[in-house]
Amino acid sequence: MTSNSSRNEPLLVRGLLILVALTYLGLFLGAPLVTVFAEAWAKGPEIYFKALGQADSLAAVRLTLITAAIAVPVNLVFGLCASWAIAKFEFRGKSLLMTLIDLPFSVSPVISGLVFVLLFGLQGWFGPFLAEHGIKLIFAVPGIVLATIFVTFPFIARELIPLMQEQGREEEEAALMLGASGWQCFWHITLPNAKWGLMYGVLLCNARAMGEFGAVSVVSGHIRGLTNTMPLHVEILYNEYNFVAAFAVATLLAALALVTLVAKSLLEWRYAAELNSVKRA
Amino acid sequence: MQLDIQNVSKRFGTFQALRDVSLSIDSGELVALLGPSGSGKTTLLRIIAGLETPDSGQVLFEGENVSDLSARHRQVGFVFQHYALFRHMTVFENVAFGLRVRKQRPSKGTIEAKVRELLHLVQLESMGDRYPSQLSGGQRQRVALARALAIEPRVLLLDEPFGALDAQVRKELRRWLRRLHDEMGITGVFVTHDQEEALEVADRVVVTHRGGIEQVGSPAEIYDHPATPFIYQFLGNVNRLSVRLHQGAARIGGLAFPAGGFENAQDLPGIAFVRPHDLGISAEGTEGIPVSLRHAVVIGPTVRLELEGPDHLTLEAELSRSAFDALKAHPGQALWARPESVRAFLEEGER
Repeated sequence: MTSNSSRNEPLLVRGLLILVALTYLGLFLGAPLVTVFAEAWAKGPEIYFKALGQADSLAAVRLTLITAAIAVPVNLVFGLCASWAIAKFEFRGKSLLMTLIDLPFSVSPVISGLVFVLLFGLQGWFGPFLAEHGIKLIFAVPGIVLATIFVTFPFIARELIPLMQEQGREEEEAALMLGASGWQCFWHITLPNAKWGLMYGVLLCNARAMGEFGAVSVVSGHIRGLTNTMPLHVEILYNEYNFVAAFAVATLLAALALVTLVAKSLLEWRYAAELNSVKRA
Repeated sequence: MQLDIQNVSKRFGTFQALRDVSLSIDSGELVALLGPSGSGKTTLLRIIAGLETPDSGQVLFEGENVSDLSARHRQVGFVFQHYALFRHMTVFENVAFGLRVRKQRPSKGTIEAKVRELLHLVQLESMGDRYPSQLSGGQRQRVALARALAIEPRVLLLDEPFGALDAQVRKELRRWLRRLHDEMGITGVFVTHDQEEALEVADRVVVTHRGGIEQVGSPAEIYDHPATPFIYQFLGNVNRLSVRLHQGAARIGGLAFPAGGFENAQDLPGIAFVRPHDLGISAEGTEGIPVSLRHAVVIGPTVRLELEGPDHLTLEAELSRSAFDALKAHPGQALWARPESVRAFLEEGER
């Protein structure tokens, strides 16, 4: 006990450090969160639920759910493919692929959105072709989904690559030697071994897909009831001085954040035990 | 099952892992592939399994070329160095896996009976519900073995099966493996870098070096008549002497030993190997290598002497307790070391 000097700091120092940390968190996390809920409920529950029940708000919620429902599964498949390829095989251009997977992390989301406008917008490279065939991507739902997929694709792959690399190929080889087909290997060995990392990645990916603002803002066109996701809708309502409604929708996003945080902590706890058992095995 | 490897070569980038290797393994034999790391032994094992494809050459099972047969269809039991147990499955599920993934999946009762039988065989009947992480290293390796045996393999391949275990468990397991092999009569090949393990367990030992086969023989042949300087040094426990090769004899310290194959040699530099127990030690004499005793260590019934010869030569000799007592030697004493038999090689031939 006494050998650890850091535990023998004077009470004052300890108290001070804890106080600084708590104040900081309270100021930058707690206060805004409380404000969101306080403002939303300022005029009573009736107004709050009415604001949420508006057709435009419901449309925004629906669009956000649709976007996440498409983007997350797509990135799940992509993340599994990419991490499997990177972790289990040797090929040329592997490091390039890994760099590319990280690209959305390093590019500003606004630029990501702009890229899609430049590609698929009316004046864009494929714009005339799409217009000719009556396909509308930009300022429409498909554009929003595309931009969201782009921004969120590293989340699942990034979780899985280190996990799969650590686990190596031996278990798959063992399954193969026992007569399992490629599909059986994947289903019975690879997927169960990666499941906690996968769930963790899905959770982060989903939170980002629902909360993405910049990239979606550029491609959406802000058409009320049609191309507004929840974060965009919050901005519009706020700019219209409709504070209660803005904060009401914001509470949904804040609740999502809280749920994600709790689920993440639960998974981390579970996942840590799993990872430890991996190391022991 | 008769297993033939014919002219197999394999290259990884610039590294030649195997060069033109041929080897025949008889049905029911237990063969050790012995060599240092990077000598190609594991690559050879993985090629037999179908986990690697040779660049050239072929593998025959029972005379039938299996080069186009995938690992999945070869019906080969493979035991990995680090067990590779399925961590999210119980011991029972691990062993049952090979039966459950079959096209014609046996009935639940058949699988159950088979797995119980195998767990009995590896003495883990009561462990069926445990997970791999709850087992000791030796237990895990036995599960891996039971799992490999479940598919009734035509040949059993083991990659450094005891490499990750501590010495005591290792010794136990290798005796047990030998017994198991004798009872089942299955053809087996195992890879090891531990000469003691190879010599103790295998019917036949294949020494690999730099992607080729250096020597094939029974454990006694390998130990008593190593074919090359490399094998002498790899097996260890040997003294290395500088000799002159002259007209069919290896000369050292006024002694001459017959050296076959060097009949026409005219005073060439050579090296000779002498095992510690082939080194006679006497207090008086005029022949042999003059040495002084550095120290003596008593190891059970034998005494190991460390001797210092001319030109910083260090020799090791092994005497029985009684012979050492009769010698009445003390550290620093001058003695004569007289090799009783040597095996000589040309110095250029040393690799």
